[in-house]
Amino acid sequence: MDLLNSPWPWYIAGPMISLTMILLLLVGRSLGFSGNFRTMCAIGGAKKVSDYFDIDWKAQTWNLLFLVGTVVGGYVAHNFMNADAAVDLAAGTVERLENLGFENPGSTFQPSELFGSGVWGNLSAIVILLLGGALIGFGSRYADGCTSGHAISGMANLQLPSLITIIGFFIGGLTMVWFIFPLIFS
Amino acid sequence: MKQISVLLFGILFGIVLTKGEIISWYRIIEMFHFDSFHMFGTIFSAIAVSAIFIALSKRFKWTALDGGHLRFANYPKGWKKYIFGGTIFGFGWALIGACPAPLFILIGNGYFPILIAIVGALLGTLLYGILEKRLPR
Repeated sequence: MDLLNSPWPWYIAGPMISLTMILLLLVGRSLGFSGNFRTMCAIGGAKKVSDYFDIDWKAQTWNLLFLVGTVVGGYVAHNFMNADAAVDLAAGTVERLENLGFENPGSTFQPSELFGSGVWGNLSAIVILLLGGALIGFGSRYADGCTSGHAISGMANLQLPSLITIIGFFIGGLTMVWFIFPLIFS
Repeated sequence: MKQISVLLFGILFGIVLTKGEIISWYRIIEMFHFDSFHMFGTIFSAIAVSAIFIALSKRFKWTALDGGHLRFANYPKGWKKYIFGGTIFGFGWALIGACPAPLFILIGNGYFPILIAIVGALLGTLLYGILEKRLPR
């Protein structure tokens, strides 16, 4: 298998996520990404509107550095590791997305309907991205963690709250994909 | 030195989630269709390997490199905020096919419309901060 040029299978990607978590533990940190949103709001002066943002954000700068690293990592993978290939999507998903009006699902890395440059002139796509982002920001702060904090760091430490949160992820995600997608798309 | 290392770990994370296609909208939708093992295998194996490391480090009292404690994720007991917050998050995760780290990794990948979702995430965080004390938890 050519790990530089081909997509990674789950049994490579999963343990590599663990490696990242372990490396952070070894330098005295803990993998949890969405705390960065709170930090960014705090830096922007949000403590004027809520005590929730009255935090010592300087103690969180390490996580912002991690964030900057992820952007660089995405750039490196995209430009030097041939990542922007088609996604080998399951036939059932391709069919359902085609029925919703998506063109050639999986033939590119991302659907151009939501991630292409045409989005800037498409009000409904802008609203979808803005709303989706807001739900993610609100929900991850409400649950005190996101996929990295709960699904990886919390679950690996056998935290019941993390399991409850993941059940919530799926209640929301399944409702969205099965019941709300047909109303939004197509 | 410690700061540089965290930056490098971030680069690693960005590469892993890109190469593993975790940042692809299609993969997230496929997961919620239960059509492929890819996302489940990735998450389960990540949890399993991490859990084994944590169990061993507790058993053998491993420390961080500077001798300090390993900071495992501990969440306060409760269920309301986790199930409500998780569900709200799930709606967003499925809608735009990206969770918080991928929002930023996608910038590196050149999908700049994701900046709109990042603005949304900051607005959502701000709204949470304002409503925090009135929400069930």
